[in-house]
Amino acid sequence: MGRSLFDKVWDRHTVGELPDGRTQLFIGLHYVHEVTSPQAFAMLDDLGLGVRMPERTVATVDHVVPTDLPMRRREGARRLPFSDAVAEGMTAALESAAKRFGIRLLAAGSETAGVVHVVGPELGLTQPGMTLACGDSHTSTHGAFGSIAFGIGTTQVRDVLATQTLAARRLAVRRIVVDGSLGPGVYAKDVILHVIRSLGTSAGAGCAYEFAGSTVDTLSMEERMTLCNMAIEGGARVGYCNPDETTFAFLRGRPHAPAREAWDGAVDYWRSMASDGDASYDGVARFDAARIAPTVTWGITPGQAIAVDERIPYPDEGQTVADRSVIREALEYMKLDPGAPIAGTPVQVAFIGSCTNGRLSDLREVARYLSGHRVARGVRALVVPGSMSVARAAEAEGIDAVFRDAGFEWRSPGCSMCLGMNDDRLVGDQTCASASNRNFKGRQGSSTGRTLLMSPVMVAAAAIAGAVTDARDVFDMRPRSNPDAS
Amino acid sequence: MPLESIARVTGRGVPLRGEDVDTDRIVPARFLRAVTFDDLGRHAFEDARAEARSRGTLHPFDDPRYAGGAVLLVGRNFGCGSSREHAARAIAKRGVRALVGESFGDIFAGNATALGIPCACVAREDGDVILRNVEVEPATMIEVDVDRLRIRAGEREFAFHMPVAVQRALLDGAWDPIADLLAREAAIGATAARLDYLRWARPKAETE
Ligand code: SF4
Repeated sequence: MGRSLFDKVWDRHTVGELPDGRTQLFIGLHYVHEVTSPQAFAMLDDLGLGVRMPERTVATVDHVVPTDLPMRRREGARRLPFSDAVAEGMTAALESAAKRFGIRLLAAGSETAGVVHVVGPELGLTQPGMTLACGDSHTSTHGAFGSIAFGIGTTQVRDVLATQTLAARRLAVRRIVVDGSLGPGVYAKDVILHVIRSLGTSAGAGCAYEFAGSTVDTLSMEERMTLCNMAIEGGARVGYCNPDETTFAFLRGRPHAPAREAWDGAVDYWRSMASDGDASYDGVARFDAARIAPTVTWGITPGQAIAVDERIPYPDEGQTVADRSVIREALEYMKLDPGAPIAGTPVQVAFIGSCTNGRLSDLREVARYLSGHRVARGVRALVVPGSMSVARAAEAEGIDAVFRDAGFEWRSPGCSMCLGMNDDRLVGDQTCASASNRNFKGRQGSSTGRTLLMSPVMVAAAAIAGAVTDARDVFDMRPRSNPDAS
Repeated sequence: MPLESIARVTGRGVPLRGEDVDTDRIVPARFLRAVTFDDLGRHAFEDARAEARSRGTLHPFDDPRYAGGAVLLVGRNFGCGSSREHAARAIAKRGVRALVGESFGDIFAGNATALGIPCACVAREDGDVILRNVEVEPATMIEVDVDRLRIRAGEREFAFHMPVAVQRALLDGAWDPIADLLAREAAIGATAARLDYLRWARPKAETE
């Protein structure tokens, strides 16, 4: 019987069994950031411990950074301080820990700045067949490369810093198979929202999701990252795709990809870690890509999603008592009427960015359609590139100008309005069409703010119309040329 | 360094109705703007508590009937969302020493375990009965027996489940695994030695 990538990677990284039966798992790469990790360094100090493998640890600053700054904010080798004193304190705490322990810092304001789940992959740090951890739930993103990537809490950050290992329970592996071609205007974001909507937000508990099928095989690395990013929203702590030629091509030549002499051996290893054709799984769920439409959340969990042409549900459409109660709660919080179409719901803010959809291909795809359109009066529209390198590349292509001309703010990289830890926040009960990943109550920085999750192209369409609308109509999207179609 | 064994948590309940209560709701992100965990207790459920006040009701954490409760009673998928350990710590700072609910977010449950707080999963109907029991009779004593995987609420008893390894970690006083992890230095080195990829990297580039 064949084995899944999950099992192969897990076994290879197993240090041993702990007395309680959990596995002590070696972590090949550890990302740390300023919100969840400074406390872990303090814990090390309390215990008199050091960092076991600083060379396998990479620090980023992304959650609190202001995004209204000039892109590169440095004076020689020194970063200019933020005017936000708290953000500055958190950043400085991480910087000093990185310095003290010899940890590589992808410094704020530098050319390698950005959201951890965007910069890590673009530098080639994230690779197939690795185990990886970060004190951030969207660490699942890195599974797009065929790594097993865990979001962890601060105490576990301490464990990994001190020992380069984690105490972990082996996960069940559930295969999510998506076959067929996506229609025009339908993206990886729609696929994952559709999957979560279908399976529920807690179906992935105790599981890793392996994304597979012909649709997944044809997705780019950036699209696969969007898919794996939101595995956690389906309750799966880990999501991954098997590494293939697309993966290897993406990695080749990146700054931290294997050196030339090591490349062939690396590819052999990566291939060997992919799931075997006859691997067994703890469950399989199948989806038909052709049946996935542009999808929008209407409620307060990522599972409360519907196709853009559907109606907002009534509470009694929930399958369980719990579902019905969350529908009721969501309708009230979102101030939406059951039975009403989601299309036409007014928005006051449009946000394109985050580790879900703040990558170059996302911005490019929107820019393809945006020229000649204007953001509706009264809508605040922001683009926050996921990293400095995304921003640079987009600017080199003139994409920033397309956004600015259409009435978007073009800001410097960071997490920004994905969670509102800097000044980029909703005000009052504003409704935001957002390309991020969470529509929780209060998520975007206002305790009554409302979030509608959707693809970046759908966000752009909402910004233009001032309301949720089908991007395929706004942008007159033609079917993608598909050689198989008759 | 073995810690205290967590075999049993006994106390009054705090009934927190609701499903999919995410960690943003437990501690809104704006209260994560700090480099320590010190101030968290105050901010637990801050927005939800304000919302309740604005409707003229009381959030269970502000309701004097439940003051001092040690067992938080919740619904489905409690603690889903972000990995912020702040959530588990904020709840702990409010005096909670065990949670009982239909299911929990994986990362949240792991964070709670690392703080020695059991998350007990009960059948939906049983969770409802316990919750209602406490709403009607706040003085009801709840006992979460990790050893026997039973919850006693007043006169009634219910089964619960949790992963075997978590149960053992709690009973053995090994819920904070750091001592065990540190104890295997040689095995960690041996694992690293068989991972070729640790040596593929180019020479360390200049850190900016
Ligand atoms: S962009 Fe959003 S989801 Fe991603 S790491 Fe930042 S805050 Fe978290």
